Amino acid sequence: MSINRRQFLRRAGMITALGLGSSFVISGFRKKEVAVAAGYTKASEDLPAKRWAMVVDMSKFKTEADYNRVIETCHKLHNVPKFPNPKDEIKWIWKDDYHHTFAGGHNEYLDEHVLHSPFMVLCNHCENPPCVKACPTQATFQRPDGIVAMDFHRCIGCRFCMGACPFGARSFNFRDPRPFIEGEISTEYPTRTPGVVEKCNFCYERLADGLMPACVEQSNGGLIFGDLDDPNSEVRKIISTKFTIRRKPELGTQPCVYYLVGGGDHA
Amino acid sequence: MYKGGKIVASLIIFAALFMIPFFYNMGKVNAGPDVALDTAAIQQLPVSDQQCVESPEYMKANHMQLLNEWREAAVRNGQTVYINSQNKEFKISLQDTCLKCHATESASKPVVLNNPVNTAGVSNPAINESPEFCASCHDYSAVKPLCWSCHFEPKEAAK
Repeated sequence: MSINRRQFLRRAGMITALGLGSSFVISGFRKKEVAVAAGYTKASEDLPAKRWAMVVDMSKFKTEADYNRVIETCHKLHNVPKFPNPKDEIKWIWKDDYHHTFAGGHNEYLDEHVLHSPFMVLCNHCENPPCVKACPTQATFQRPDGIVAMDFHRCIGCRFCMGACPFGARSFNFRDPRPFIEGEISTEYPTRTPGVVEKCNFCYERLADGLMPACVEQSNGGLIFGDLDDPNSEVRKIISTKFTIRRKPELGTQPCVYYLVGGGDHA
Repeated sequence: MYKGGKIVASLIIFAALFMIPFFYNMGKVNAGPDVALDTAAIQQLPVSDQQCVESPEYMKANHMQLLNEWREAAVRNGQTVYINSQNKEFKISLQDTCLKCHATESASKPVVLNNPVNTAGVSNPAINESPEFCASCHDYSAVKPLCWSCHFEPKEAAK
């Protein structure tokens, strides 16, 4: 009866192999569920474009209310929270002064109005987005229509994209945003969780429904949105006929938000 | 084998102890989760629309893969319409498509407000618990997906 160590190990190994092997035989032969043949397509009302772009006509932003109406519409629609601590601030579209918007060697004799009025700033949806290159999980990516979008499911909160973005367009959820959403929660768009980065998405969820971005609708013509690739689009006409400036063009990211400074009438 | 008898005996005792729960529960049928597949919201739909995006059997086994595919298609590829195996089209939306039928059970649940900013007593669907349809199975199988930390049920269902 007595067996030595070698025999014991050999028998134990054989029993293990038998057990594993038979479980594989049983589960391996079990019929797998055949995937259902199915397809995906774009919605019929989806607005097609090759290169979405926006023109900010500063002449249309005259009063505080013009800015706030646009900001509030966007932030309300997308459930952007308002944190009491400015360090936690989340913003998709906001206003900033001339020096911060167009940083780097300004002309000090510029028109007072231009120098001191705030500018409407948002994600530039760059053609060469540095945030997309920085993202290690491809949570932020560029869609074929040029929109730099976020897949919040994939974001691991490393914030490389925030460091990469030269425009400060990205915000990080340091805290749970849900308790800080003001008023009624919008069911049009999900909220976020702590630990993800967020930014403007050019309302791609509205474009899929055939609607213009929410800020554009509320801007009374101050924000013009369209396909830069289409020679007949309004944005293309403005950009090719009038003088527009972009934020930090020297960085080569090719921002797709153009600023019409000086106004439509006397440009 | 040195002290072979004791080792083998201990192994047998260990195996017996290890398997007590299996033998203890053998033959007893566990009442499975009670999933409401025929809610009022579903009954109100015309008969042709009462079937889920795929067959119930398929959904039971593969809804998680399907949801993953939907997410990929809608968020990353901009394809917001799903064509099912019967060539029927559905809008890809957890809130507007799935929860249209499957969130009704939560109507009876109280809205929990723990919002330090929002003290006006405004209904806040975001803070509601997950719809009972999903929870009935997920609680039973101790699966805790994080859907409801971002998504929420439609307003009508969360009054």
